[in-house]
Amino acid sequence: MLDRIAKAQHTIDEACRKLDRQITVMEVCGTHTVAIFRSGIRSTLPERLKLLSGPGCPVCVTDQGYIDTVLELADRDDCIIATYGDMIRVPGSDGSLETRASNGNVKVVLSSEDALQLARENPGKIIVFIAVGFETTTPASAVAVKEAAAEGIANFCILSGHKLVLPAMRALLDGMNDRIDGFLCPGHVSAIIGWGAFAEIVNEYRRPCVVAGFEPVQIIEGLAEICRQLAAGKPELASVYKAVVTENGNAAAQKIVAECFEPVDGYWRGLGRIEKSTLALREQYGRLDAFRRFGLEDKPGKDNRGCRCGEVLCGLIEPIQCPLFGTRCTVDKPVGPCMVSSEGTCAAWFKYGQRK
Amino acid sequence: MCLAVPARIIELEGDRAVVDAMGNRWKAKTTLLPDAKLGDVVLVHAGFAIALVDEEEAKKTWELFAEIENFEKTSNKVSG
Repeated sequence: MLDRIAKAQHTIDEACRKLDRQITVMEVCGTHTVAIFRSGIRSTLPERLKLLSGPGCPVCVTDQGYIDTVLELADRDDCIIATYGDMIRVPGSDGSLETRASNGNVKVVLSSEDALQLARENPGKIIVFIAVGFETTTPASAVAVKEAAAEGIANFCILSGHKLVLPAMRALLDGMNDRIDGFLCPGHVSAIIGWGAFAEIVNEYRRPCVVAGFEPVQIIEGLAEICRQLAAGKPELASVYKAVVTENGNAAAQKIVAECFEPVDGYWRGLGRIEKSTLALREQYGRLDAFRRFGLEDKPGKDNRGCRCGEVLCGLIEPIQCPLFGTRCTVDKPVGPCMVSSEGTCAAWFKYGQRK
Repeated sequence: MCLAVPARIIELEGDRAVVDAMGNRWKAKTTLLPDAKLGDVVLVHAGFAIALVDEEEAKKTWELFAEIENFEKTSNKVSG
């Protein structure tokens, strides 16, 4: 293991020496962000290699408008909100799901299947599943939608806030933050979409895209591969997570997602409206769509006062540049989602210190 | 949120499986991985198997989890 790390570090050092400028690499996955901080990788990298955390935490990129819509539904007497635990503490304009939990109509689930089970057990209530997450998580929602449709479960619907990673990467390179030299691509999103999916970023934007797993050695090898490509002046598509990720990904998962959802324009925190970046239920599953069922609109919201999560998500500022960081906004009393989520960049900086 | 754990399928009936990682067992579905077989190591995310995992790779992750667990136990003792 140590020889692999030493080899990767040597490649990184060589590339930094050769390029003689700052190299900026963005990781687009909250799980990578946490792994990088927890392992202390940042402190082992040369000064010239700068790591940025991108829009890779689904809870964090979810727009305030969506959060407020969730809270609106949580205030209804006829609904039970079924949500992954990550969303519970995210503050909207008026409180969070946590502050609504005393009503007994907010339930934390570990899987979309659990949400569907709630619908079977509570025929007098409408179960609204808070369907957030990237490509990794969307197939689970699609399975629940199909099952609900097949079983004719009428009191189940989902509020889809599912997001696609590639349109966000494009939005960054199209102007939000074009300082990025290369991407460390998300391992488990790639388990679904395949490492080949990032070809468009490599071909159109000439940026290295390297898929990595989550163990420190893989992350360092991923960074080394990006640095090697930059030094050689030849951006390529690569994966150092061969044990799990294939070129084409999970065909069954892609199929069920395509059957249930279609890409529509959607709002992201920090990145604004991005074309065809959010997944909405197709017309044929309209009865299972909370937006249609309750006549709701996917509209942009207003971030909490002073919160700069949007800029953190685009890699434009580091958390410590936000005046609320560590003072008014802490892990115990968060103002923005990047401090709430266990995978948020601000939470990682707060918990693991600011090593570089 | 994209956290996923490698685990071995130890029971399988239709698309309903029981998976095991280092002695921890829980239910998961193989709907998204129709070719999964009893004994396969799969990556489990939000109650679903999403990918087949190379066995050696899974062992490394399990060892890492054990290491973290040990470390946290030790550091709790020190701090508490």
